[in-house]
Amino acid sequence: MNVILDLKYVVLVEEDIGNLLRSSKIILHLAPWNEGQLSRPPVKNLSSFIKLAFSDGKLSHFKECIQKMLQERSWETVAVHPSILHHAPTTFRSGIVGIERRLQAKVENNSSNINIAFQDMQNLIDMAKDMVQLANVMSNKIKDRQGDISEDETVKFKSYLLSLGIDDPVTRNSCSSNDVFYHQLAKEIASFLLKAISDTGGLMAMSDAYCRVNRARGLELLSPEDFFKACNYMEKLNLPIICRKFDSGVLVLQLQSKTDSLLEKEVSRLLQSRDKLTALEVSQEFQISIVLAQERLYFMERNGLICRDDSVRGLVFYPNFFSSSA
Amino acid sequence: MEFTWPWEYDFPPFFTLQPNLDTQRKQLEAWRKLVLDYCRHNKIFVLDVQESISLFQNKAIDRQLSTEGINQVLESLLEYNQIEWCDKAKKQCLVYWKNPQEWGNLIYRYASDKGMTNTVCTFYELTAGDDVQNEEFAGMDQSLLVKALKTLEATNKAEIIMFGGNEGVKFF
Repeated sequence: MNVILDLKYVVLVEEDIGNLLRSSKIILHLAPWNEGQLSRPPVKNLSSFIKLAFSDGKLSHFKECIQKMLQERSWETVAVHPSILHHAPTTFRSGIVGIERRLQAKVENNSSNINIAFQDMQNLIDMAKDMVQLANVMSNKIKDRQGDISEDETVKFKSYLLSLGIDDPVTRNSCSSNDVFYHQLAKEIASFLLKAISDTGGLMAMSDAYCRVNRARGLELLSPEDFFKACNYMEKLNLPIICRKFDSGVLVLQLQSKTDSLLEKEVSRLLQSRDKLTALEVSQEFQISIVLAQERLYFMERNGLICRDDSVRGLVFYPNFFSSSA
Repeated sequence: MEFTWPWEYDFPPFFTLQPNLDTQRKQLEAWRKLVLDYCRHNKIFVLDVQESISLFQNKAIDRQLSTEGINQVLESLLEYNQIEWCDKAKKQCLVYWKNPQEWGNLIYRYASDKGMTNTVCTFYELTAGDDVQNEEFAGMDQSLLVKALKTLEATNKAEIIMFGGNEGVKFF
């Protein structure tokens, strides 16, 4: 059984010296019992003192300890500790009210988090604009003093900067109508991709173009639909890039100057030097994707320029000797 | 004499049915010529589709025309009246590297050259006799022979007659 005694009721500690017949004891004299002072229901004890007996010589040590504690009266200082005062009310938050309060606190916390997060996003958009400006300034500077760094480095660095982003992307908000939006967008896409498409043999798959444009636009992302619609306006606007669909359904953006006969000539020349061609070889030679390489070969096959050898080793294209021999 | 394969036989796309119809038309033309030349060279009057599979493959370049391709070639031959199916299952066909009319004329010239007009000779004599071994129609399939002779009948140059279980022909 545990017996608890608050030290604050102890007024005096006294040692009862023993003799041959009885052992030494410690007598704790207690303050008179007072109901108002109790924080919890006491076991009623009407005695004014307690005697403690010790079996093995711990008596003097215990007496020292308890006297020290009584002198310090440390329970009083603990009672006024602020953290304990603060904690005290939370212990009462139980039941339905407590749960409701906790939920409400959580909601408030979340909404403040969201606010902060969106503030960050706005910052990021602002920053992105600055970054694009910075990139433009830097590329202009490089243009001005081209002599300082080697030609090769300049070109490389400039291409990085240019691919960094689109300055002031066209948005739906900035346009008066959908039509204007698509027109503007078509122009933006065409001017942004012109160099990239020229570098990749005059053709670029629609999906690649979409990714590039969206990367450059940073946070003003385009939906695939908007992008597609804008691309369909390109031919009408007489832009240097047009959108076309291969018979297989593959959509590409193509340089207007890159006519089909030009494409055919390029592949034919390659075919002459190699006797036979696979889509992979064409894609490697012209730095285009395999899908596009395939499309070019199919296109030439449809025009009767080449013929296919479809075996377990894959699809290989040969010059159309059937036609030329006739 | 060894059969000389055409250049197409070593051209891998020859063994892939070309999807471009213009190209395919020329490809089938080449196939028709190959089949007829091959049969003429080997004196094949009846082509068994299953057995002639080696004609449609080139082991040296490890290519083989697909079943669909073979069917297309045969369809094309049929369209140009260069084969005729012997059975509805389309397992065998007569190959007309000469058509029945040409065969008829050839046989009739042979018969008149040999002074065989107004005499009766059996089918066996015409296709397997000692005298015809050097003729082109030696070993000719009987059904083809009948077709050839019927073209002669139509122009009153011959008459097919039956005697004692044997079949024969009388040239006029």
